[in-house]
Amino acid sequence: MITRYFPADALTKVVASLADERRVLIPVTQPAVKKSVIFAPFSAGMTVELHKASVAPKEAVLPQCETLLTYSKQKDAEDPSKVNLVLDDKPQAQPTIVFGCRPCDARGFAVLDRPYLDGPFIDPYYQARRKQLIVITQTCPSVGTTCFCHWVGSGPNSTTGSDIMLTAIDGGYVLEAVTEKGEALLAGMKLEDGAPFMDKAKTARGTVEAQLAPAPDLTQAQEKIAARFNDNTFWEEQTAQCLSCGACTYMCPTCYCFNITDEGDGVCKAGRRLRTWDTCMSPLFTREASGHNARMSKAQRMKNRISHKFSTYPENWGGEFSCNGCGRCINNCPVNLDIRAIVLAAINEKGA
Amino acid sequence: MSVLAGKELRIVGFLCNWCSYGGADTAGVARATQPTDLRIVRVPCSGRIDPLFILRALLHGADGVLVSGCHPGDCHYAEGNYYARRRLEILKQFLPVLGIDPRRFEYTWISASEGQRWQLAVTKFTQQIHELGAAPAFENAEKLIQIADMALTALRPLGTGQHAALADLKKAIVEKLPELDCVIGWQQSYDAAHSAPLFMRKPEDVEKLVWGPLNVNNLATYLPQYKGKKVGIVVKGCDSRSVTQLLQEGLINRDDVVVFSMPCEGTLDMARINQALGAYQHIDKVAYDEAGVSITADGKEHRFCMVEYAQGKCYSCATPGAVLADVRLGTPTPVTGTPATPPELALLDSMSLSERFAFWHTQMERCIRCYACRNACPMCVCRDYCVAESRDPHWLTQEDTATEKFFFQTIHALHLAGRCTGCGECQRACPVGIPILALRQQIARAVAQTFEGYRPGMNAKATPPLMGFTVEENNIKEKDWNK
Repeated sequence: MITRYFPADALTKVVASLADERRVLIPVTQPAVKKSVIFAPFSAGMTVELHKASVAPKEAVLPQCETLLTYSKQKDAEDPSKVNLVLDDKPQAQPTIVFGCRPCDARGFAVLDRPYLDGPFIDPYYQARRKQLIVITQTCPSVGTTCFCHWVGSGPNSTTGSDIMLTAIDGGYVLEAVTEKGEALLAGMKLEDGAPFMDKAKTARGTVEAQLAPAPDLTQAQEKIAARFNDNTFWEEQTAQCLSCGACTYMCPTCYCFNITDEGDGVCKAGRRLRTWDTCMSPLFTREASGHNARMSKAQRMKNRISHKFSTYPENWGGEFSCNGCGRCINNCPVNLDIRAIVLAAINEKGA
Repeated sequence: MSVLAGKELRIVGFLCNWCSYGGADTAGVARATQPTDLRIVRVPCSGRIDPLFILRALLHGADGVLVSGCHPGDCHYAEGNYYARRRLEILKQFLPVLGIDPRRFEYTWISASEGQRWQLAVTKFTQQIHELGAAPAFENAEKLIQIADMALTALRPLGTGQHAALADLKKAIVEKLPELDCVIGWQQSYDAAHSAPLFMRKPEDVEKLVWGPLNVNNLATYLPQYKGKKVGIVVKGCDSRSVTQLLQEGLINRDDVVVFSMPCEGTLDMARINQALGAYQHIDKVAYDEAGVSITADGKEHRFCMVEYAQGKCYSCATPGAVLADVRLGTPTPVTGTPATPPELALLDSMSLSERFAFWHTQMERCIRCYACRNACPMCVCRDYCVAESRDPHWLTQEDTATEKFFFQTIHALHLAGRCTGCGECQRACPVGIPILALRQQIARAVAQTFEGYRPGMNAKATPPLMGFTVEENNIKEKDWNK
């Protein structure tokens, strides 16, 4: 596969050159007493710094809010008694690069692809964005206290979901294509060949890999968590702290649930159908039109979240967990609820 | 000013059916000349007017809002306008912190016979709005980044609670535990530099209880869900105000709650601590002394002095000891002096209206609508039935515009008027660090100024100011249209 190299001080210039033809989403630090890092489009004047983002870049394929369709009613010019309905449901997508996400973010795209593209129904809105997306992932330069990517089949150098891997070495960066899409992009970039720097890149990757603490064995997670389904006491104990907000799911690179709402503009004239992120931690998620709610308590909702990530998703999609171990749900939780502890408790103790 | 001139502005009027709507009619019948900018919405009583009607109008394109009801004392429903007067006054004092000119909103009292007074009010108000011009649109606000100055002076010496009687507290909890469903406290979280709520059900759980400046969570948030069960709760001074407020509103029963308290010496601002720690893999050591805490992460030692790294609210805290407690251990340090303006509110005070608008727009853009602010709030008790997600009433859409997100924050703040104890959990819980506490603090300031220094959560027997009224209000002045 093609490799490229550029010196550290050219980082912003390289991103700028990519941004000529596409939208390039980079991690941008939001200044505040409590800083956060959010993926935002690169624009001239920005300096690129590759911090781990607070919110995963799933926005690139699944925006927080998107308009699925707009409609308006217009009087027929020929026949004034006739009203024509004008409907626009074309997906709004543009060529995009996610630059500098981490392997745990990139794996999220692979997790999202399965239900949106590989199932019985293809989501045209997702597909339009995904087709035009190139993911340039930075191999992790360090391991964090809440990181557990290596528990769930990912890792600081995992290429799942990425098109190009970027590795920081002393004085520069090495780019390595991992897909054909990535290769095509790299081939067109006027940068030095990266081959002479590959050894250094491999050493850098190895150093981080060596820092990982031993991972627990989660091979039984799928069955053991499924076996806990009726153990209400267990879920109630594990969920006592939970505040039922949606921070964990909205920060998550793999959570893909959405809600659809219609908004009218004026009386019967025009309107929009919106798709927005939804969270299974909200009581509204399962409230039916009748008023009945299948998951009344936060324990039931947490059971769903954990089971989906570690049991039902793997059941449907070839044993892959829909958790990347990025740790965002742990360190962004207002009460520091630890998903690792719940999973371990579920598989270590005796099932119901 | 007329339609013909094409210079009309969008002014919304909310008029009570019994007096002011009749007054406007009287003016019309008398052929009194009036500007035509006003669009009237007739309501049964000024007491029906939710301040959110006004805010929603202002955030969605109205250039001005005029509310008019019966004169105090003349309400068709006896006292609707007395309540309205208090609400509308607090709203008027709230608008500036949002960046909205308070002159864009007026409330007044006009009877059905006062056609001339109506003519005067509507003419003067329209004139006032025309002088201000078209209202700026929130979505078009420019980018403005400013950060509050966290170099603050505390009202009392801050410490780390190392001499607190933790052993005695544990003993007291173990003793009470048999008669309680659980006792809520704090424990170490995923590492020694973070804490999390602890639910003690068995005596061995009590061993996990910790006390110190990392205990940031306000555990009172959990109490309403245990209504009907007997539970214990360990509180800091600020948390006890939330417990008191919940009692005042009848959301928990006094007999069902056992409050354990120790004097609080301050808590740490985890946002700044996490920033300073950066990315680390392992906490090697957390060592406390009286002035602060030293955290060693991946072999590197970080020093956090309480005077520098406390939460913003701790500097102006005047209640280190609990307001109410059943088991009280230790004596809090005395507090002297008057609290300074909280840091984020002071920052907003220093800005112009347009800067505040820009500031909030910049901040709200990154909101992800996770509602951690709402769910962490001990006073947000609608829980599963919040208007944020409701279609009926349809206050908000699910769009991710800054306006929708900001409007939710104003709803939260207004629903907390006279109730918010300033615990700051909303802001602490925000995963993207939006300084939303300032909105609640402005309302608390307006409530204190208007209602003789009233502070929520200090007395479970007090009547909350917006749930009551006096016939003559000392600090609310009627709008004089002749000026």
